[in-house]
Amino acid sequence: MSNTTGLKSYFQFHNVDWSAMMSATWETIWMTLLSMVAVVVFGIILGLILYETRSKSGWGFKVINWVVGLLVNIFRSIPYIILIILLLPVSKTLVGTIIGPKAALPSLIVSAAPFYARMVESYFREVDSGVIEAVESMGATTWGVITKVLLPESKPALIAGATVTTISLIGYTAMAGAIGAGGLGNLVYQEGFQAYNNTVTLVGTVIICLFVFVVQFVGDRFVKWTDKRTL
Amino acid sequence: MIRFKDVSKQYSTKDGGLTAVNDVNIEINDGEIFGIVGYSGAGKSTLVRMLDGLEAPSTGEIDIDGTDVAKLNGSALRKQRQKIGMIFQHFNLLWSRTVIDNVALPLEIAKVPKTKRVQRAEELIKLVGLEGREHSYPSELSGGQKQRVGIARALANEPTILISDEATSALDPDTTNEVLELLLKINKEMNLTILLITHEMHAIAKTCDKVAVMDSGRVVESGTVFEVFRHPQQQVTKNFVSEEFTTQKGDTTMTLEELVKKYPEGQLIRLVFHGPQAELPIVSDVIKRYPDLTISIISGAIHQTQEGALGSLDLQFIGDEAKINDALEYLKKMRVGTEVIHHE
Repeated sequence: MSNTTGLKSYFQFHNVDWSAMMSATWETIWMTLLSMVAVVVFGIILGLILYETRSKSGWGFKVINWVVGLLVNIFRSIPYIILIILLLPVSKTLVGTIIGPKAALPSLIVSAAPFYARMVESYFREVDSGVIEAVESMGATTWGVITKVLLPESKPALIAGATVTTISLIGYTAMAGAIGAGGLGNLVYQEGFQAYNNTVTLVGTVIICLFVFVVQFVGDRFVKWTDKRTL
Repeated sequence: MIRFKDVSKQYSTKDGGLTAVNDVNIEINDGEIFGIVGYSGAGKSTLVRMLDGLEAPSTGEIDIDGTDVAKLNGSALRKQRQKIGMIFQHFNLLWSRTVIDNVALPLEIAKVPKTKRVQRAEELIKLVGLEGREHSYPSELSGGQKQRVGIARALANEPTILISDEATSALDPDTTNEVLELLLKINKEMNLTILLITHEMHAIAKTCDKVAVMDSGRVVESGTVFEVFRHPQQQVTKNFVSEEFTTQKGDTTMTLEELVKKYPEGQLIRLVFHGPQAELPIVSDVIKRYPDLTISIISGAIHQTQEGALGSLDLQFIGDEAKINDALEYLKKMRVGTEVIHHE
């Protein structure tokens, strides 16, 4: 079927199974968005724990900070392709399968959440300490400071960080696809690489690029919209 | 009433202990505007942060209307904090909130229902003269306007005490005056006790009833602003007072050393007048009584304090030393403060 070689092989559009391409695209989008939501939630929680336990005195805080910091550093340093394989038994237990987009979710979240958590921690540290003190002097609780100051005052940074993280998640979904998680990564690996269908590779690349551009555009828009520091 | 009793605060640093506040005793009456003046690092901010429980004293008691603030924690401390409003040098507004939402923030924290919050915030915005800017963000306001928002926010919970921590230090002289006027107004209208921390003697002279001068953690001098201005005892106080007298707007900005250099002859003498003497023709009297002396006026300034006018006049006396001393004696008899700045 795909016996054309050379540069022409990129443009054999009649060799593309468009409905397979469509469903692979949806799988990629679905995996990315679902894991993004989980990564943002877990990342903010972990980032908050790191931030709040950082400069507190008391053994409890120090131990929590050390343990969470260590876990974050470990999972942040494992190359993703290895992490998927490492977490296969975990995926099997959690979602009951090691094949398909669902199976990729645990490893996607475990790899990106620590990455985002570190960013979140640094965004919180950049919030003006004078403002935090002002709100404390109004009688706010720690929770009050988190909800009224830390989160709203770092919102544009949180969104910008989430955008960057989402884009790297798109990359991870493609890698996950290669070992059976579905999506465009899977399609390009099986059709484009193993069956030498370069057109599928090209179309897959273009779709992934468009997806990245859209995510970046939407992210930038939200940052601009929420940032009231310069008008 | 606020009372600091034997309050000290030590920090341990890598190079050993650091005493930020050293055995401070101050009493501040209700409704008073009390100034705390000192150079940076004198311990002023640390001292007032203890009122809010943002710092705990190492030793001593901080008593606000019968409550020892240093012993409070948890929700009792948070409740106490709501009775104290605070404004800051860098305003510390939330950029993510509009003017009205910034002003309403302390009310949100105090769990006041929304309709009441909005109503109170609108009142306060009106009080500080920012009608029409309710829905602006802080980044759209000037420094003076931001500080007005800060003041409105500080007043939201109807505090009994307002702490102004270098609140005018980042503002230009005109805006500083506007903000000080506003503080005076709310002091009178709401019978609010105000603690004004500053390194600008001008702000003290303009607003305060009493002043404490701090130097390396200690209160070295305190009393009514009028007294402290008229008879400064400590060197650091003299520096502050003379800074204020020599750096008037539009006036000569020469320092004492420059004055001495420029007028090396005879004696340079600073006269300080207050209240009734300012209206008597004392200088022309001296000139008539001591015709052998050459007296020239170098600079002068008048200050309005809360207790009346204070004037200072720098004169150069040239002539016989004994005559000059006689003239000084005469001035003292007329209850004019004299200070020899330079003696040939």
